[in-house]
Amino acid sequence: MTRSVIELEATREDRHVARMAAAAIALSLAEAAIPSPVPGIKPGLANIVVLLVLSRWGFRAAAWVSLLRVVGASLLLGSFLSPGFFLSLGGALTSLAALGATRSLPERWFGPVSHSILAALAHLAGQLAIAWLWLIPHAGILYLVPALAAAALGFGVVNGLAAARLLDGGPETEPAPQPTS
Amino acid sequence: MLRLLRPGDWLTLAIAALLVGASFPLLWSRELADRAVVRSAGRIVAELPLSRDHSMRVAGPLGESVIAVERGRARVVSDPSPRQYCVRQGWLERAGDIAICLPNQVSLELAGRSRRYDSLSY
Repeated sequence: MTRSVIELEATREDRHVARMAAAAIALSLAEAAIPSPVPGIKPGLANIVVLLVLSRWGFRAAAWVSLLRVVGASLLLGSFLSPGFFLSLGGALTSLAALGATRSLPERWFGPVSHSILAALAHLAGQLAIAWLWLIPHAGILYLVPALAAAALGFGVVNGLAAARLLDGGPETEPAPQPTS
Repeated sequence: MLRLLRPGDWLTLAIAALLVGASFPLLWSRELADRAVVRSAGRIVAELPLSRDHSMRVAGPLGESVIAVERGRARVVSDPSPRQYCVRQGWLERAGDIAICLPNQVSLELAGRSRRYDSLSY
């Protein structure tokens, strides 16, 4: 490694966020390679990483990881600033808002599975809102809602369980998020 | 597996499942149409209530299109356009369903009580 004159101060949190964002981007890329039977239905494995970061490092770090994931994955997939990118960004923002709201739920009763379900449904709502307002201002979009919401719920539960499992039994520091299979 | 779920998680899951379940009948139900709007060259030439059976002829640049309303449904019976897409579409039953005959510039659209969009462009 060549020594650089300009030294940017990277805190421990910065490094952690970068590492987690890299993991999330890797999961997004892996997921993009999986053919989906229905366009628009994706497991959203990167959200497992966001859930882990939220629970271990708090909301600020989770927001960084989530947004870096959206930008990073879109650059690598070549969809940066395309409609798909804005749908993804909108979904990430609304699911972050939902995750921020879940912080006020008592931790004793509500775990990662609740966070994941709420975030997944908020993600869908955000994407549909953007699709409606910007791309397809047609009521036909509502016909997609039940199927997409069912998928969001299913994957929300699965991702939440994965996050809960990793938080529960994973190593104390630096959980290496693995796809659950 | 089960110990990963806290009591509130079951509650969240139950409420979410209920909402998702409710969305199926709510959003997949057919909105009833109550009239058929017939257009020629973009102008509305007739609004036929679906409660009565009718048959009407609409003049377009190529010739006459025949539209029929029967038992709450409507269709284009015949049309001079070459590809006959609007005729082959058959009966329209749901609000928002539309059959467009091109190049004869005749369209048949079912409308419900609420208009769900202002325009469509292709």
